[in-house]
Amino acid sequence: MDKRIVILGGGTAGTLTANRLQRTYGERECRITVVDQDDDHVYQPGLLFVPFGLAQPQHLVRSRPRQLHAAIDYKMAQIERVDLDARAVHLSGGIRLAYDVLVVATGAALLPEETEGLTGPGWGENVFTFYDLPGAVGLHGALEQFQGGRVVVNVADLPLKCPVAPLEFAFLADWYFQRRGIRDKVQLTYVTPLDAAFTKPVAAEALGGLLAEKGIELVTEFTLGQVDGTGGRLVSYDEREVPFDLAVVVPLHGGAAYVGRSQGLGDELGFIPVDPHSLQHPEHPDVFAIGDAAGLLASKAGSVAHFEGETLVHNIGRFLAGQPLDATFDGHTNCFVETGYHKALLIDFNYDTEPLPGHFPAAVGLPLLKESHANHLGKLAFEWLYWHSLLPGRELPGIGSAMPERGKNHVHA
Amino acid sequence: MSTATYDDNAVPVDDEGFFTEPDRWTEAMAEQIACEAGIEELTERHWTVIRFMREQYAAKGTGPTVRVLGKTSGVTVKELYQLFPKGPAKTAAKIAGIPKPRGCI
Ligand SMILES: Cc1cc2nc3c(=O)[nH]c(=O)nc-3n(C[C@H](O)[C@H](O)[C@H](O)COP(=O)(O)OP(=O)(O)OC[C@H]3O[C@@H](n4cnc5c(N)ncnc54)[C@H](O)[C@@H]3O)c2cc1C
Repeated sequence: MDKRIVILGGGTAGTLTANRLQRTYGERECRITVVDQDDDHVYQPGLLFVPFGLAQPQHLVRSRPRQLHAAIDYKMAQIERVDLDARAVHLSGGIRLAYDVLVVATGAALLPEETEGLTGPGWGENVFTFYDLPGAVGLHGALEQFQGGRVVVNVADLPLKCPVAPLEFAFLADWYFQRRGIRDKVQLTYVTPLDAAFTKPVAAEALGGLLAEKGIELVTEFTLGQVDGTGGRLVSYDEREVPFDLAVVVPLHGGAAYVGRSQGLGDELGFIPVDPHSLQHPEHPDVFAIGDAAGLLASKAGSVAHFEGETLVHNIGRFLAGQPLDATFDGHTNCFVETGYHKALLIDFNYDTEPLPGHFPAAVGLPLLKESHANHLGKLAFEWLYWHSLLPGRELPGIGSAMPERGKNHVHA
Repeated sequence: MSTATYDDNAVPVDDEGFFTEPDRWTEAMAEQIACEAGIEELTERHWTVIRFMREQYAAKGTGPTVRVLGKTSGVTVKELYQLFPKGPAKTAAKIAGIPKPRGCI
C-alpha cells in the first residue's frame, strides 16, 4: 500500500494527526504531507497570559516542521483550493498535491473585519483582541498603561475557539487589577451573546457565580453589531449599548478562506461538515476534518483535537483498508479554567453529558467545577504536555479519548 | 414537558415554549405564536425567515444561528433584528414550530 495522505494545516490538530499516522501506519504504508502557510507554531493557550505579563510571547512560538516526525513531508505554502472531484489540492506557486485521503485541519480564522467598526478607529488603541499574538502583545501594553475606568470583555458571536478563554480573561483581569492596587478604580463587565455565563446550565451557574463573587458585571444575549472605538461603545443588533474605556473583543470566527473557494467542501461559515462520531465528510468519504476546522457541536479546543485524533487515525486506517469505520468520537472536552490567585477550575464533558461537579478522572482526582490550586498546576503543566506529548501524538497520562463517567455527580441546575 | 394550544390544537412544547414535534405545526398556528412573542403581524419578510428556518431544520436537524441566517436566508442580520427584535434565531424558531436552536459551545 502506498497511499498519499495530505493534511491541510500544521497547527495543533494537523501536527498530532500527522505524527500519530506516521507512527501507526509508517513509511511503507503511506506518505504523509502536511501543508501550512508559515513556520511559526504558536502555543495558543499561552495567549491568555501574555496581556497580564504572565507569559513571554517569544516562549510561545516554535518551528512548525520541527514538531513533525522526520519522515513527514512539510510544505510551506498557501492553500488556494481543494478540487474534490480530482482529489487534489492547489497550493500557491502552482503546486498541485494529489491525495487518497485528505485531512482538513486548518482551524478557525479570526474575522474582526466582519463586525462594523471593530477594526476601525480605536483598533489597537482602546479595542483589542488577545486571540492572536500581535493582539495579545498590544493588549499587554494597553493594560500596563491603564489607570482605571471601564474594561469590557466581549464575545462577538459563536462559535469561538476555547469558549472559556474570555471568561478566564475576565477572572485574570480582576486579579491583575487587584495586584496593581487599582481594582476599585476598574469596572469590569463580561458581555456575551449567550443567555448565561456559559452554555451548559450547571457550568453556567458555577461560572456565573464566580463572576458575581469577583464583582464582574454580566451582560447576556448581546450580539455585537458595531464597535464604536471613538465613542467607546459596543452596540448590539437590538441597539443596546455597553460603554467602555478598554474593550477586549473576541471576534467572529470562520473557517479558512480557501474552504469557501472549494466547491462542496464546507458550510456557510467555512467549517467542514463531518459525521460527529467518525469525523468523515458526509459526501466525500476520502475527506476527514479535525480540530477547529470541523463543523461539530463540540468545543473548539486543543484537548478536543487530541481526543479526536485517536478516532481519526484509526478510521483513516480502516478507510484505506476498505473496511467500514468503527471508531467513534464522543465529543469529549476537557478544559482548565484559570480564575486568578493561582487557582483554576476544571470542566470535563461530551456530546451527551454536560460539565458536572465531582472529580476527574475518577472519584479520587482533580476537583471538577471547583477552584483549586491543583487545577492551576494542571493548567501550567499542560504547556509541557502540549509540546512533548500532545503534538507528538502520544497518549496523555490518565486522559483517554472517551469521557470518564466515574467521579461525576449528576446534579441539576 | 408541557403543551400549548394553537389553532385549537394542543401541541407538546418544552419549558421555554419551543415545539418538540415540528410535524404538529401548521402555518395557521404561526400568527398566534408570533402574537405571544410580541409580533403583531407576520409580513412576507417574516415568512421568508420562517420558511427558511423550517427548511434548515429539515435538512440539518437544528435551526440556524442568527449569523448563519444573515448569511444564507437572504435577510441581513440588521433586518432580522427589526423583524424579530427579541432575538431572531430563537423567536423565529418558536414561530416556525421547531425546537430551540442548539448553539455551539
Ligand atoms: C487565547 C486562546 C486560549 C486557548 N486556550 C486553550 C486551552 O487552554 N486548552 C485547549 O485545549 N485549547 C485552547 N485553545 C484552543 C486551541 O488553541 C485550538 O482549539 C487549537 O489550536 C485547534 O487546533 P487546530 O489545529 O484545529 O487549529 P490551529 O492550531 O489554529 O491550526 C490551524 C493551522 O492551519 C493553517 N492554515 C489556515 N489556513 C491556511 C491556508 N490557507 N494555507 C495554509 N495554512 C493554513 C494555520 O496557519 C494554522 O497553523 C485556546 C485558543 C486561544 C486563541
